[in-house]
Amino acid sequence: MSNLFTSSIGKKLIMSLAGLFLIVFLVVHLGINLSLIFSDTRESFNKAAHFMSSNLLIKIVEIILFGGLFLHMFYGFYLQIKNWIARGRFYSINNYSQTSFFSKFMIHTAVIITVFIIIHLSDFFFKSKFSGEIPVVFYNGKSYHDLGILVIEKFKIPGFVIFYIVCFIFLAFHLLHGFWSAFQTLGLDHRLYTPWIKVIGVLYTILVTAGFTLIPVYIYFFM
Amino acid sequence: MDFTLKIWRQENARAKGRFVTYHVTGISPECSFLEMLDILNQQLIDKFEKPVCYDHDCREGICGACGLYINGRPHGQDDGVTTCQLHMRRYRDGDTITVEPWRAKPFPVIKDLVVDRSAFDKIIASGGYISVSTGGVPDANTILVPKEDAELAMDAAACIGCGACVAACKNASAMLFVASKVSQFAKLPQGRVEAKERVKKMVAKMDELGFGACTNTGACEVECPKNISLSHIACLNREYFKAKIL
Repeated sequence: MSNLFTSSIGKKLIMSLAGLFLIVFLVVHLGINLSLIFSDTRESFNKAAHFMSSNLLIKIVEIILFGGLFLHMFYGFYLQIKNWIARGRFYSINNYSQTSFFSKFMIHTAVIITVFIIIHLSDFFFKSKFSGEIPVVFYNGKSYHDLGILVIEKFKIPGFVIFYIVCFIFLAFHLLHGFWSAFQTLGLDHRLYTPWIKVIGVLYTILVTAGFTLIPVYIYFFM
Repeated sequence: MDFTLKIWRQENARAKGRFVTYHVTGISPECSFLEMLDILNQQLIDKFEKPVCYDHDCREGICGACGLYINGRPHGQDDGVTTCQLHMRRYRDGDTITVEPWRAKPFPVIKDLVVDRSAFDKIIASGGYISVSTGGVPDANTILVPKEDAELAMDAAACIGCGACVAACKNASAMLFVASKVSQFAKLPQGRVEAKERVKKMVAKMDELGFGACTNTGACEVECPKNISLSHIACLNREYFKAKIL
C-alpha cells in the first residue's frame, strides 16, 4: 500500500500545490516591482521592500515560499530522472504527436529558471539580507535600504536586461503548461470550467511576463 | 507499392538489438500494415531469412496486441486506430518506414517488435475488478445511473490495454491506462463499493512496476486508439486523493 507522499501522484500533488503558490507569489512580486516604475520616487518601492523583509507574517510566508520552491524543484528533477529511467531505451524517432508543445520542455525551462533564480537571488535578495553594501535613504526620519537604486543600477547594464528578458520568455514557456497542469494534477477538471482555466492560464502568463519584462526595459530606456 | 523498412531486430530479451533495413515489394494500397509485414515475412522466408516477430491477434482493432511504434508514433500516423487498422494507402510509394517496439522499462522486448505487456495484467490483478457480489441482472431502473456517468464509464471501458499511452508518453507513464481502469468503475454504483481500495492498490502497483509519473503532456490522449480523454486522469487523481485523504 502506498503512502500518499511517496506515490508518484502524491509527489505531483506537492509539485502542483507549490507551483500554484509560486504563481500567486509572482503576482505579489510583480505588483511591488511595478511600483518602482509607476511612481516618480523610489519611496513606495523601498517601503514595500522594507515591509516584505520586516513583517513577521511575511517572514513566515517567506519560509513557506522557499520551502515550496525547493519542493517544486526537488520533486521536479527527481521525477524527471525517474521518468527517464522508466523509458529505458530511447526511441530512434521521438514522438511528435500534436500535444501541447511547451509541456515537453518543462525540465529544460526549469533548468534555465533555476539558474535565473540563483543569479537573481544573489544579486538582490541575498545582498539585501546579508551584506551591508546597500545605500540608505531616509523617509520621515526613518532609514530604509535603497533597494530601488540597486535595481536601477543593475538594469542600466544592457547584457543584464537581455538576460532577464530571455529568462522571462522561458518562464512564460514554463507557465503556459504549468498553470493548467497544476489544476489537472489536483483533479480539478470540468467540461465547462477547464477551458476557462486554460484561457486564464494563457492570460496570466502573458500579463505576468509582460509586466516583468516592462520593468528592465523601462528602467533601461527611461530612468 | 514498394517500401524501405527499418525494423528493430532483437534476438531475445537479453540480446542487443539493432535496426535492419528491408525492401518489401508488390504491396497493394489496400494492405493493412500487418498484412504488409506478413508479405515481408513471406519474402524473407523465401530467401531463407528469419521472419520479423510482431504481436497481433484480432486484426479488427479490439484486442490491443498489435502495438508498433511507426515513424515516431504508436500505431502509426492515423488517429483513433490500431496498427492493424492502418493501411498502406496512407503512405507514398517508396517511403522509408521505421518500426520500433514499445520502449518502456516495464515493457521489456521479448523478440524483435514483441514486448512483454504483462505489467498491465499485474496492475489489473492488483485491483482492477469488482469482487463484491452484484447479484443477477436487476430489473430495469432499479439502480439509477445518470446518463452522463454511464457514458463516461463506457468511454473509459473502451481501453483495450494496448500500451500506446505508455509508448507515446515521454515519461513512459501508465496513467491513462490506470485512469481508464479506475474511472470505468468509479463512475458506476457497483464499482463505488471498492473504489478506495482499488485506486490505492492500482496506483501502488503502477509505481512499483516502474512506470513514469504523469506530466500532463497529453501525448497519451492523442495516440490512444480509443481516444480516451485526459479528463479520466484528473478523475484518477481525484479518486486517489479521496481514498488517501478523506
